[in-house]
Amino acid sequence: MPGGTAFLRSARAVFWKDLLVERRAKEGANALAFFAILLLFLFYFALGPDRERIRAALPGLFWLAFLLAGLLALGRSFALERENDCLDGLVLMPGDKGGIYLGKLAGTTALMWSMELAFIVATGLLYNLDLWPAIPRLLLVAFVGTVGFAAIGTLFAAMTAQLRAREVLLPVLLLPLVIPVLVASVRLTEGALGGEPWAASAAWWQLLLGFDIVFVVAGLLTFEFILEA
Amino acid sequence: MPRGLGATAAALLLLGLGAALGYAPRDAVQGNVQRIMYLHVPAILTAYVAIAVVLAASIAYLGGRRAVWDRVAVAAAELAVCFIGLTLVTGSIWGKPTWGTWWTWDARLTSTAVLFVIYLGYLLLRSVVEDRERAATYAAVLGILGALDVPIIHFSVQWWRTLHQPATVLRPQAPTMDGAMLVALAVNVAAFLCTFAYLLSRRYRLLTLETEAATRAWQ
Repeated sequence: MPGGTAFLRSARAVFWKDLLVERRAKEGANALAFFAILLLFLFYFALGPDRERIRAALPGLFWLAFLLAGLLALGRSFALERENDCLDGLVLMPGDKGGIYLGKLAGTTALMWSMELAFIVATGLLYNLDLWPAIPRLLLVAFVGTVGFAAIGTLFAAMTAQLRAREVLLPVLLLPLVIPVLVASVRLTEGALGGEPWAASAAWWQLLLGFDIVFVVAGLLTFEFILEA
Repeated sequence: MPRGLGATAAALLLLGLGAALGYAPRDAVQGNVQRIMYLHVPAILTAYVAIAVVLAASIAYLGGRRAVWDRVAVAAAELAVCFIGLTLVTGSIWGKPTWGTWWTWDARLTSTAVLFVIYLGYLLLRSVVEDRERAATYAAVLGILGALDVPIIHFSVQWWRTLHQPATVLRPQAPTMDGAMLVALAVNVAAFLCTFAYLLSRRYRLLTLETEAATRAWQ
């Protein structure tokens, strides 16, 4: 299937390009990590030193931090393309534009996911919580939730990158739509932290995976319209 | 055609008002407060119809890029915001005497409020994009994603509540509905849908005239 391979090739090219830019410049990942640590300080001041209280609020705190940092990562992903008219270059790339979408989605997910790992480890250390046994499952939840967030986020970031009010518009449009991701991910994170059996949260996995599939497909189908508008 | 539609809508609204206030019996449990249901339920049903119209018109616009469908989508989205807003307001007015609070984080209330915010965002997006075709394309994508999200939001919020704590006293359903009440409700639903169709056609016409005026100003 030649069309299929060209599609995946352009996705991979965009993905590696974004990672390479990130590795060379480093400012994006560094700023994200710094921002996440700052959030940990803020949460500490909001909740106080009570460890039980922090533990109870932890699933919500994780996802608030991930969503806030994710907004920054998304804004940055397309701010880079705006400079020097790189977006025009992407649009001129031959083949299916869905490949660009998939590459951008993968890039954002990879960046957010590594930030999330760092955030979980830092939370365990700074708040003196024993999170280590739950980390593999936490990372799985973080990955599936992040894909859903980035699936819509990549579309809206491409959309708002060209607009004047992009800093306000991206969160205003994106956050209400990803409420199901937030709700399901927080529940699954709670399950992972409490070590509850997998079967107990099967419905939430279904909801989150269903969300991912619906919006990745919708993204693949509509991204071309956004790029060419 | 729109004039006949408007007259029908007006007549049905009057008939509905009469049915809601005069014909339908007083609720045995809630008293007269319950009569706000004749406004509340048709409003949310009409809002769902409006959202479905936004979805269909958005898909049609991306399919052929015809400005006609874009105007239908905008007009329907504006009406969706109006009717969801009306639902939230009438629900609050009913909630205060019945539940003792204007707002509670019940699953249905929460998911309806989320819908309200999504379609406000839709209108906001349109207002900040200057280029007409670009605004139409962006809005169409948002219109499709928003409508796809409606059932998912509904279930996620529903589950979030039910798994969190079972729905207790805050259940709006009456046990069973009286026949006369059902008739009054049906008349009002018909009246609201008719009003929606009328307003949609008027708003569409206005948007067409605005576009024409804008193109003429350039000549």
